[in-house]
Amino acid sequence: MTIWWFVLWSILKVLVVTVVLLTAVAYTVLLERKVVGRIQNRWGPSRVGPFGLLQPLVDGAKLFLKEDIVPTSVYKPLYLLAPVLALGCALISIAVVPFGNPEVAPQGFRIFQISDVNIGLLVVLGITSIGVYGIALAGWSSNNKYSLMGSLRSSAQLISYELALGLSLVGVVMLAGSLNLRVIVESQAAHGLLSWNIFGGFQFVAFFIYLMAAYAETNRAPFDLPEAESELTAGYHTEYSSMKFATFFMAEYANMITVSCVATLMFFGGWTSPLGNLIGPFQNQIINAILPIFWFVLKVFFFLFLYIWVRGTLPRFRYDQLMNFGWRYLLPLAILNIVGTSLWLALKQ
Amino acid sequence: MHLILFIVFAGLCLAGALNLLLQKHPINSALSLVVVMTSLAVLYLLLGAEFLAAAQIIVYAGAIMVLFTFVIMLLNAGREERTLGSKAAVALGFPAVAAILAVIATVILKAQDLGSVSLSDGITSTEELSRVLFHELLLPFEVTSVLILIAILGAVSLARKGHGDQEAGK
Repeated sequence: MTIWWFVLWSILKVLVVTVVLLTAVAYTVLLERKVVGRIQNRWGPSRVGPFGLLQPLVDGAKLFLKEDIVPTSVYKPLYLLAPVLALGCALISIAVVPFGNPEVAPQGFRIFQISDVNIGLLVVLGITSIGVYGIALAGWSSNNKYSLMGSLRSSAQLISYELALGLSLVGVVMLAGSLNLRVIVESQAAHGLLSWNIFGGFQFVAFFIYLMAAYAETNRAPFDLPEAESELTAGYHTEYSSMKFATFFMAEYANMITVSCVATLMFFGGWTSPLGNLIGPFQNQIINAILPIFWFVLKVFFFLFLYIWVRGTLPRFRYDQLMNFGWRYLLPLAILNIVGTSLWLALKQ
Repeated sequence: MHLILFIVFAGLCLAGALNLLLQKHPINSALSLVVVMTSLAVLYLLLGAEFLAAAQIIVYAGAIMVLFTFVIMLLNAGREERTLGSKAAVALGFPAVAAILAVIATVILKAQDLGSVSLSDGITSTEELSRVLFHELLLPFEVTSVLILIAILGAVSLARKGHGDQEAGK
């Protein structure tokens, strides 16, 4: 396989994954409006298309056609750079996520993963940590006190919870002995549901730490203080309008999807079936290739639904509660989990 | 392929470093430093040190520089006044820089075969790196972490002391 074929193939994969991801983002927004609507005992969008299914298209058209206002006193270079950074970082990290069985590779072309990196998990964490700049710079360059407050809160929150997030994943990395996401999934593939890290690996404490830290990392309820409407108007994106606002919006949902993908890969066995080998490999190769994707999407959908469910159920935390919770409870618990997992691994040997 | 990437990112690194010095606004300088850190990470990656590259991004670009920008934002630092500097600095500085550059240039020109730069074979992958850190260099590694812990404790106690005085003043 020459290098040019490889480049061409990669570009094709990037295009497909980006289109799929952005479509998923649009429909997650619809899902959220629908589910939160039902939680609040109303219908949600229902007029455009059957069951309101074409609502994302109309929303997109609306955002494109709105007037793009740039306030006079913003610091323009960073004001324009911030949404690009936010969405760029949100989209890049999906590149290392394996969606389906990577061994399905006709003629050496891996179909279900853009790039199989040795340090896949670290790439995701690194890019997420760069994504903070999008929000921080947006708030600062807007020259607005609500924006600045929102972005200060957000930077502090993201730095604090990144520690708990990273440490909660260490246990899984120790069990798998690798940072490669494909290897981590394969280490959970043996007995279906029973060998997933959350059950068979006894990583349920780590899973709940990860889940809470991830909600804080993506600025979602109950930790959505950077954009708390009742105090900060809209937080860091108060001064953004039209597509620039939509860029932040898309970045938030893309981050949600990435976080759900990582949760699936790390704790819920990625693309592997929960039934293990009970429904073994089929005769038809196409079903064998598609079925893992089905399981993966189902698990990611579950996490997205959980996000929305939590948003519809829990009230927002106070800021000092958020910081106390992160530093006093989540972080020590994550460290204890690492100690416990290493003891268990040492005794098992 | 490697050479092209090296030239691109080494250039980016130098451009970021120059921009860091020339920018008037602190936040632009901080962001230029982020560019420098990130391009350094790519250079590490080209040398095959993948873990080092990821650590560089997560620790420096993702955490330390975020704190820098955080502080700049919090203090609302404005534009820096540009001064011409002292006469002595100009008189001594330029010849000194020229001399250092000349020395480095002669050394590089004299050495005919510079060879290729690579990390030693033993410590490229994450697994090998951790083996070195936790077996052969365990004691220095742990001592360093204790050192950092002491620094953290010192910072916390200093911060708490100031806080306590305020409360007493009320």
